[in-house]
Formats: sequence, structure tokens, C-alpha cells
Amino acid sequence: MKTPLLEVRSLTTQFFTEDGVVRAVEDVNFEIHPGEILSLVGESGCGKSVTGLSLLRLIPIPPGKIMSGELLFEGRDLLGLEEREMERVRGNDISMIFQEPMTSLNPVFTIGNQIMEALQLHQNLDKKEARRRAIEMLDRVKIPSPEVRIDSYPHQLSGGMRQRAMIAMALSCQPKLLIADEPTTALDVTIQAQVLRLLKEIQGEMGMAVMLITHDLGVVSEIADRVAVMYAGRIVESGPIEAIFGEMRHPYTRGLLESIPQLEEKKKRLNAIPGQVPNPMDLPTGCKFHPRCHLMIDDCKKEEPPLYPVNKNHFSRCIRWKECC
Amino acid sequence: MTSFLLRRILQMFITLIGISIISWLIITTAPGGPISLTMDPKISPKIIEQMMKNYDLDKPVYQQYFLWIKKLFTGRLYSFKDGRPVLEKIWERIGNTLLLNLVAMTIIFSLAIPLGVFSARKQYSMMDRLTTFGVFLGLSIPGFWLAYLIILGTVELFGYPVLGMRSFVTEGFGAGEIVMDRIWHLLLPAMIMAIHGLAGLSRYTRSSMLEVIRQDYIRTAKAKGVPEETVYYKHGLRNALLPIVTLFGFLIPGLIGGSIIMESVFAWPGIGRLAYQAVLARDYPVVMTINTITAVLVLLGNFIADLLYGVADPRIRYQ
Repeated sequence: MKTPLLEVRSLTTQFFTEDGVVRAVEDVNFEIHPGEILSLVGESGCGKSVTGLSLLRLIPIPPGKIMSGELLFEGRDLLGLEEREMERVRGNDISMIFQEPMTSLNPVFTIGNQIMEALQLHQNLDKKEARRRAIEMLDRVKIPSPEVRIDSYPHQLSGGMRQRAMIAMALSCQPKLLIADEPTTALDVTIQAQVLRLLKEIQGEMGMAVMLITHDLGVVSEIADRVAVMYAGRIVESGPIEAIFGEMRHPYTRGLLESIPQLEEKKKRLNAIPGQVPNPMDLPTGCKFHPRCHLMIDDCKKEEPPLYPVNKNHFSRCIRWKECC
Repeated sequence: MTSFLLRRILQMFITLIGISIISWLIITTAPGGPISLTMDPKISPKIIEQMMKNYDLDKPVYQQYFLWIKKLFTGRLYSFKDGRPVLEKIWERIGNTLLLNLVAMTIIFSLAIPLGVFSARKQYSMMDRLTTFGVFLGLSIPGFWLAYLIILGTVELFGYPVLGMRSFVTEGFGAGEIVMDRIWHLLLPAMIMAIHGLAGLSRYTRSSMLEVIRQDYIRTAKAKGVPEETVYYKHGLRNALLPIVTLFGFLIPGLIGGSIIMESVFAWPGIGRLAYQAVLARDYPVVMTINTITAVLVLLGNFIADLLYGVADPRIRYQ
């Protein structure tokens, strides 16, 4: 098996707030291989965004802190780097795009300016060359008449265009890994599909790896190679996309999939997972999903289950994974 | 843009006329008058009548107003007090006030903005708490009180004069000493005048900056690998300064209008003190002219603030 591009080992990130310690990410392990799209799925507050931000060490400190773990990027532990070295990784080797294209671009600089900034920082390009490359990138993300648009301010662009500009900015230095945190959530459904297709297309051309953070299983099914499902700061199931959608082995994954409305069925109510996402300051004992689980037995309350291997690359954190689903 | 400019200039003109009428009414209806204040009981009513006539005070108030405008624009407006041309009296003091205020403003802006940014970056650190304490102290202490205290202190301790623009006796001073003497006399009032502005502006910068650094685009800039300093001073400050930029416009009236209290305390021969003395003497022509100049500057400052806002924030463009 080829060596992974990024290997995350027992990443634990916590936030120390006035009300108590928020265990946002607990002992998370996964790897991303070159050229693959890994999707991190889960409900709001399950720790998927914090995981993404932790990879780039963008957690606000304080109140946040990466408690432990290793982030091996091409064999080098990112957590051991000096801040200056980390700055050279950000935007260059690993880029990130965010959910809100509305607020994620700086309103007082033109998009060209913002794209050129990364190029000038990491690639030592002069202004003219950086501008040429920025126009090239805008063209690549299919922004019409890029040589004009480059001088637009973010407020002069539509949401979809802004997200394209954001993607152009993130990809300008040809990163090996792109972390996309809910890149389509704030967009119209039709625009969502366009942006996703664009991401997939560019990913194929550039051969980079993508970590796609989303709560939208429809998005996952369209472009992901592998899926990791997160719940209460932990990965509860991970595996290739066919395995997760076809033979899920965790009741939470099943619940998520069942709550997608189906066009064929005419139902009054959507299927929903009963109960609430647990308070991250006061998590249940044992399996964190047991209070909401229909397969719950007494053993579930005692100890946190490990990730059981269903097969070589499919794992489930459920003691009854054999019976599930 | 042109129509916006024309509309604004017309509005300013109308507002100015309104301001001048209202100030005229307030000043002329205020108790006492130029004659009664200087009146010696032994002066005969005839002379008083003659003085009233000279000053146009025998005419109805509305006529006096138009006469004042006419005289102002024909340059034949004279002070009641010493009979000197009003514009000349103002002109000889504008330089002094401008100098004092420019120095104070320079102190304010060059210190307040870095201080505010620093406090925002290191929020709740020891230094942030210390500057916060200092800022509230600066805001709470009345300027005139502090000024008197410092004047007393310097005179007692060093036996060195601080009032006016220079020492009375400069005989035997070398060129260097004369320069130092002038700087000393300038710096002390400027620093005390700067305290309030410095405290307020640094606080303003801090809260504006705190709001900005929580924005998503700051995270984006960091995710791009922009070094932290650049994130704060380029991406952060540029946005945090949007509301502050407009303050430059509002500073203009203060630059020329002067500070009545500080100029009086430090016996600084500026516009503020001239206005104060003119009010006490009911010297209508001087009071009205200074009033009008200040009003023009306030309106102009507002106008410049509007324009600056458009320059600083690309989202604002005037139709």
C-alpha cells in the first residue's frame, strides 16, 4: 500500500471555556492518500470542522488547544513545526476553503489581490507574474472574463462566483491537500452542483487530495472516495463510499442515511434520529451514541467501543456491528 | 458622483445659512451687550447713543444680521473691542492654534492606533489590562485640572515657565535654547490635549480591531499562510480603520477651531481663547465670524468624512 499523504494519529482538540472543557475532537485517526477525496461527515457540532482547522493549526488558542496527537504530512509532524514553518505549509501544501463565501473574503481587497497574496508569499512571484497566474486560476474555476473580474471586490460577485474565487485562491499554489469545510452549504442547490463538479474536475486535473467536510450526504455520494462519519468528536465509522452507503455497520450512519428524504416515498414526516446531539461538555459514558440508539444494550454504557474492523478498510465503533443494518 | 457632490454642496450651503441665523439670534438675545459691559456710569447717554449707532446696534436685529454678512464679505468688519479688522485678528491666531492642534493630533494618531491594535491582539494580557487602566484614567481626569496640576508641578519643581508660546525673558538665550523653549511651551499643552483623544481613539481602535479579528476573512488569510503580523496589520487593521478614517474628517474643525479650555489654561494665543474673550466682551463681530468659520469647517469635515469613507470602503460608492 502506498504511503499516505496525511496521517492523523489520535488527534485530540479541546476548548477551555468558562463553563467547562469542550471535548470537540477525541482521539481521531485517519489518513488521506494522494489524489483521494475523503469526506468527513456528521451533524453540526460533531467536531468535523474543528478537525479540519486542527490540521492547519488554525484553532484559536486560547480557548482551544490541541491536546495530543500527530499530524504526519509527508512524514513530517505538523504539530512539531515552528509557527514560521507552519505558515509555509498553509496555503502552499495544504489549503482550506470555508463555508461562507460571503464573509470569508476580505471586503476591502479585490479578489485578484487576495489570490495574488498567496502566490507572492509562497511562490516568490513578482506582481506581474502573480497577476497572470491569478487570471489563469480564475479562468480555471470558470469565472467568465477573468481579466476583468480580477479587479472586482467580493461584494460585486454572486455567492457562487465568490466561492469560485475562494477555490481559485486556495488552489493557486497547487496544494497537495485541500480541506474544504462545507464548501457548498451556503450556496443555492443548482450552484452547489456546479461548484462540486468544478472541485472534482480540478481535483482530477491537479491530482491533489481533498478532505471534504460536510453534513450533506448527497454531496458525499457525488464526489467522495472514502467516508469517515463523526459523532461527538469521534470517528464512529469509516470506509470506502460503497461500503458506507451499501453496508453501513453503525446505527448512527444508518440513522443519517435514513433521514435523507426519498422522492419515491410519500411520507408525512422525515425519518429522524431520536434525541439530541450530546452536550460536548457532558458526554455520556461508554458509546457516545447509546442514548439515541435502538440497538443499545447494557454493555454500550460501560466502555467506549474501539473501532472494530469490518474488513480491511471498513471500521465501525459499535459492539453490535455484526447485527447492525 | 457629480450629482452627489452638487447635492451635498447645496445642502451644506443651506445648513450654513441656518446655522448663522440661529447663532446670530442666540448671541444677540444673550443678556448683556457690548455697551453695557464696557459702560462707565459716568458716560453720558449721548455717547452711548453714538456708540450704538457706530456698532449698528440701534437697528433691528434682522438688519444687523444682513449688515454683518455684508461687512464680512466686503472686509469692513471691525471688532467692537479694539476696532481692528476681525479677519486680521483671527488670521494672526490661526497659525498658533493649527500648530498646537497638529502636534496634539500627531501624538494621538501615532500612539492610539498601535496601542489599540496591540491591546486587541493581546486581549486580557497584563499589558492590555494596564493600558485599559491607563485609558480609563485618561478619560476620567478632567483636562483642565490635570493641566493646572502639571503647570504647578513644573513651575514648582523646575522653576520653569510654561504659559504662553515662549518665555517672557529670552535675552541671553542661544538659538538652540530659543528653539527648546518654544518646543517646551508647545509640547506640554499638546500632550495634555492629546490625553483624552489618545484614550478614546485607542479604545475605539481596540474594540473595532477585536470585532474584525473574529471575522472569517481573518481566518482565510491565516489559512493562506499569511504571517500573523501581516494578518493583523494588513487584513485586520484595514477593516478596523474604516470607522476611524472618518474621524479624520471630524478633526478638521478642531484643528482650527481650537480648544477654549486648554488655550485659556495655558494662555495660548489661539482661536479658542480669542473666541472666549470675544464672548465675554459680547464682541458680536468676532464671535459670529469664529462661529461661522467653525460651522464651515464642521460641514466641510463631515463632507470629507463621507468622501473618505467611500475611498476606504469599496462597498460604499456614491450615486
